[in-house]
Amino acid sequence: MGPRSRHTAQEGDTLCLLEINARSVSVDLNNDASLLIDIPDALCERDKVKFTVHTKTTLSSFQKPDFSVPRQHEDFIWLHDALVETEDYAGLIIPPAPPKPDFESPREKMHKLGEGEATMTKEEYTKMKQELEAEYLAVFKKTVQVHEVFLQRLSSHPILSKDRNFQIFLEYDQDLSVRRKNAKETFGSFFKNMVKSADEVIISGIKEVDDFFEQEKTFLLDYSSKIKDSTARAEKMTRSHKNVADDYIHISATLNSLSVDDNTALKKFTNVEGRVASDEELKLTELLRYYMLDIQAAKDLLYRRARALADYENSNKALDKARLKSKDITQAEEHQQQCLQKFDKLSESGKRELTSFKGRRVVAFRKNLIEMAELEIKHAKNNMALLQGCIELLKSN
Amino acid sequence: MFMKEPIGNSVREAFLQMQGMPRIVGCTCTPLFEPMATSSERSPPPFPEDLEPEPDEVGDQDSDDGEDIFLGTDNPLEIKMDPSLSASDIASSTKPLSEASSPPVMDLLSEPASEASSAPMVDLLMEPASEGSSAPMVDILSEPASEASSAPMVDLLMEPAREGSSAPMVDLLMEPASEASSAPMMNLLMEPASEASSAPMMNLLMEPASDDLKEPPKPDIDPLADILNDTPLSEVKTPVAAMPQETPSDLFDDEPSELFAEPRQSNTAKQQQTSIFDEPDEDLFSEPLGEASKNPQNDFFKEALAPVAKASNVCGPLSDNYNEHPTDIFTEEAMTTLPSAVSTVSVNSKTNGVHSDEEEPDIFAEATVELSLDSPRNDRKKKGAAKPSAPAPAPSVSASASKPQPKTLEELEEEVEDKFELNISITNPEKVGDGMNAYMAYKVSTQTTLPMFRSKTFTVRRRFSDFLGLYEKLSDKHTPNGYIVPPPPEKSIMGMTKVKVGKEDNSSAEFVERRRAALERYLQRVVFHPSLLQDPDVREFLERDDMPRAHNTQALSGAGFLKMINRATDSLSKMTIKMNESDVWFEEKLQEVEAEDQQLRKLHIMVDSLVGHRKELSVNTGGFAKSVAMLGSSEDNTALSRALSQLAEVEDKMEQLHQEQAASDSFCFAELLADYIRLLGSVRASFDQRMKTWQRWQDAQNMLQKKRETEAKLLWANKPDKLQQAKDDITEWEAKVTQYERDFDRVSATVRKEVLRFEKEKARDFKKQIIKYLESLLQSQQQLIKYWEAFLPEAKAIA
Repeated sequence: MGPRSRHTAQEGDTLCLLEINARSVSVDLNNDASLLIDIPDALCERDKVKFTVHTKTTLSSFQKPDFSVPRQHEDFIWLHDALVETEDYAGLIIPPAPPKPDFESPREKMHKLGEGEATMTKEEYTKMKQELEAEYLAVFKKTVQVHEVFLQRLSSHPILSKDRNFQIFLEYDQDLSVRRKNAKETFGSFFKNMVKSADEVIISGIKEVDDFFEQEKTFLLDYSSKIKDSTARAEKMTRSHKNVADDYIHISATLNSLSVDDNTALKKFTNVEGRVASDEELKLTELLRYYMLDIQAAKDLLYRRARALADYENSNKALDKARLKSKDITQAEEHQQQCLQKFDKLSESGKRELTSFKGRRVVAFRKNLIEMAELEIKHAKNNMALLQGCIELLKSN
Repeated sequence: MFMKEPIGNSVREAFLQMQGMPRIVGCTCTPLFEPMATSSERSPPPFPEDLEPEPDEVGDQDSDDGEDIFLGTDNPLEIKMDPSLSASDIASSTKPLSEASSPPVMDLLSEPASEASSAPMVDLLMEPASEGSSAPMVDILSEPASEASSAPMVDLLMEPAREGSSAPMVDLLMEPASEASSAPMMNLLMEPASEASSAPMMNLLMEPASDDLKEPPKPDIDPLADILNDTPLSEVKTPVAAMPQETPSDLFDDEPSELFAEPRQSNTAKQQQTSIFDEPDEDLFSEPLGEASKNPQNDFFKEALAPVAKASNVCGPLSDNYNEHPTDIFTEEAMTTLPSAVSTVSVNSKTNGVHSDEEEPDIFAEATVELSLDSPRNDRKKKGAAKPSAPAPAPSVSASASKPQPKTLEELEEEVEDKFELNISITNPEKVGDGMNAYMAYKVSTQTTLPMFRSKTFTVRRRFSDFLGLYEKLSDKHTPNGYIVPPPPEKSIMGMTKVKVGKEDNSSAEFVERRRAALERYLQRVVFHPSLLQDPDVREFLERDDMPRAHNTQALSGAGFLKMINRATDSLSKMTIKMNESDVWFEEKLQEVEAEDQQLRKLHIMVDSLVGHRKELSVNTGGFAKSVAMLGSSEDNTALSRALSQLAEVEDKMEQLHQEQAASDSFCFAELLADYIRLLGSVRASFDQRMKTWQRWQDAQNMLQKKRETEAKLLWANKPDKLQQAKDDITEWEAKVTQYERDFDRVSATVRKEVLRFEKEKARDFKKQIIKYLESLLQSQQQLIKYWEAFLPEAKAIA
């Protein structure tokens, strides 16, 4: 894994399964053939990742029906921010911005592995290295995927897909070289977030006028905290699963080296055991990755919900403000009216968004759960076959 | 020296049985070469430095040593008395002889005797040598003197004297001698010296005296004196006179022969004293002499020991002969060597110095072998070379005698293995007592068809320390022989304290179960070992109802500490011992074992971490299950909510599964590894044991080498007084070397067998356990499939 490596969707064989999983992500998109976006290629350069965003469209607003542009993670963030700051989209659930690619942890692990090379057998080392490379690749793919999903979500949204910024993002064939947020702006957004969360606390005391939103709000609050917990635990679980898998690698390696100086049945067994271990490892890591995806999906959902809630709260706040500012009554009433209108509009779109979100979530969960169960079964069966083979081999020895 | 007792006893017995005979033998031996020594001493003129100090020593020591010796070794007196007797006899008999045939000797001897009778004998002897006045003497002596340096001669003499007389004889005979005081000895010595009446006497006396004085033989003097003073002399004389021998040598012969009542016949047949002299000389010399000297020595010792103490000793016939006809032994050996000796001697023997001549060649031959200083003397060399070969048969006999033992054991083992029918199970761990005095008692049930047990099935209750006690006993007995004694599980203060405190929680139950299983495996390994099964302690452990409490494990603090120190020193010595391995097999195996040990340790750590991680996984899965259940409860889509709660259930089961798997990891796999890590420790211990025996053997060889060197130095320095001690040491160490070498061979064979057996068992064990483990894995996978398959329709039902 050099400093500069290129990964395409058609990576190695080992990742085929992963690929399938990756494609089967959580978000159910009302696929609109008029605008199809994918990221077929990405380039990893140090900590910068350059995505190739490929668009296929029938819309007349685009100059060409088929084009590709290079984009960086920061461009995605810019697009997301632009959308969030657009007043008109207040009543919409803006898809969450993709997380910053994190290659640090696999890199660090790789480094550690290099340091610990002396303490391991060659076999063990290569296995571990393979493992890490796979992990790195997975992270990479996941990153690509979340960016892709973000764009797809936008493209499938009836209103957001018409956004000017979005179109520029897709079409402009030069480097966007968006201005990175400067320190002041970073602070500003941070401050804004503070205000927002403070607002949320204030707002929470306000009685909800609409039952639907009231219900939705409590549900979302509850759900978000719980899914957060679940995500954390699932992550923990997968991590320990991963540990177990790593242990298997070490054990199989040691068994192999042990078998070298043992002449009898031990040798064959250990080889087989090694296979068991590596397979177990494969299965477990895959499961882990699967979980990760699942969790990612759940996180997506959570973000979206949180976003929706925030939107809703914002609209609510706007209404409150208007009511509180009863001094300038006419102006206030006008403003209130405006806000009310806006809120109503927001409520309406929010209701719509939330309902669709609910549907999406259920579908996504269903899909993922089924896939997970199937994968579990498949791996368990593989393992069983392998174990049976081992046992027979041992017994016949 | 450890042989003192038995030998002493044996000798005493021998004496009691045939009073005259054995004594004489013993005595004769010493005096016989002593004369030689004197003769050799005569020759030493070239080494004035060495000699000069000696005279003083001799003189002083004569008296001192005499006293010392007597004080220290009171017993020898008697025996030595005998020699003295013989000497006196010889002296008496020699009188005429000396008069007739050996005037020069007379002169020489008489002069010194008269002059420094009380003073150093050596001086006296030296003078004659230097003078070279005595023709015959000179003849005899000149040869050795000129050709062979005196040193070798001395060496030779020293050696035999020490070894022959001091080790076997002195030791053996020490006891009876208590009667005689040291003083008389001196007197006796003085008397003859002062008298100087009989030149030959002097000769004879002086020779033995000087030698004796320097070495243990001093007692000879006493007896001599006694004899001289008393009637025995006359008596002796008469027989001598009666004897047909005409030459002085004959006289000499006669006397010794008389002493050896039986030997005489054979001697007489040969007609030459050489036989007599040679015999003793040879025996004494040859044993210490040869590089293969260990063997003869041993034999010699054994012979001495064997007859008296045990008839089991290797050289049965010899010992028998020794008992009955001590001479036989000598004669036998003498026979082989004699011819050559005779041939060389015969020329010289014409003169009075016959005995000395004869002795000399022997001495020289020996010397050549040892020091190889007198290379010119080819024939002697040959002789020396020939000698070792003669004693060789004895060791071979002993070796063959020792070998059969292991073989029979092996056969036994195989037999046992064939009809091995013994099942042991440990069940019902039960807490006995309360508080910190509580302990767990286990039911040890045995089912067997082996006839060595009283019944077919029986059960006993044993506690953990009993198991440890059994191991201690077995280890003490069998580890030094190179056996691999299976180690018991380790003491666990933590685990036991928990049990003692009485917490009936999971971990303590698990601990007890784990220990139970470990103890069962341990015991099964013990009884599966054919040699260990034969051990009465094992049987007692399995059968006896009221097992005496094993206390050594109780005092673990003290004993354990000692053990730790031992282990530390062991490992230290292991580091220092550089064993140049002669057997490639052992070298490779040891490396293998060490590598395997490391690998197993690594593997064990990993399996431990696997267990830990799996437990963690189990906990995390549980946490996830709960969280999912919560999520499901707050999910407003009913189908999804249902699916989530189902998922929670599945995850719950998974938690269980992981937990079980973790337990099986640790029981099937980790415990197996832990067992084998411990067992490998035992394997290494057996290798160490082998190395230790090897080291002991090497040390003994080094020691022997050192002893030989000191002897050589003593000879060179002409310190005959210490010579005897050196010779004794050499004999002793030679015996040790042989013993240790045999030990080493035996231990090596055992270790090899044990390791092969261990490997076989290990492969079987691993196979069995790993199949078991894989089956447990398989089962958990099957469960997993079941769970997920049950969940799948739920997930699909989400609408």
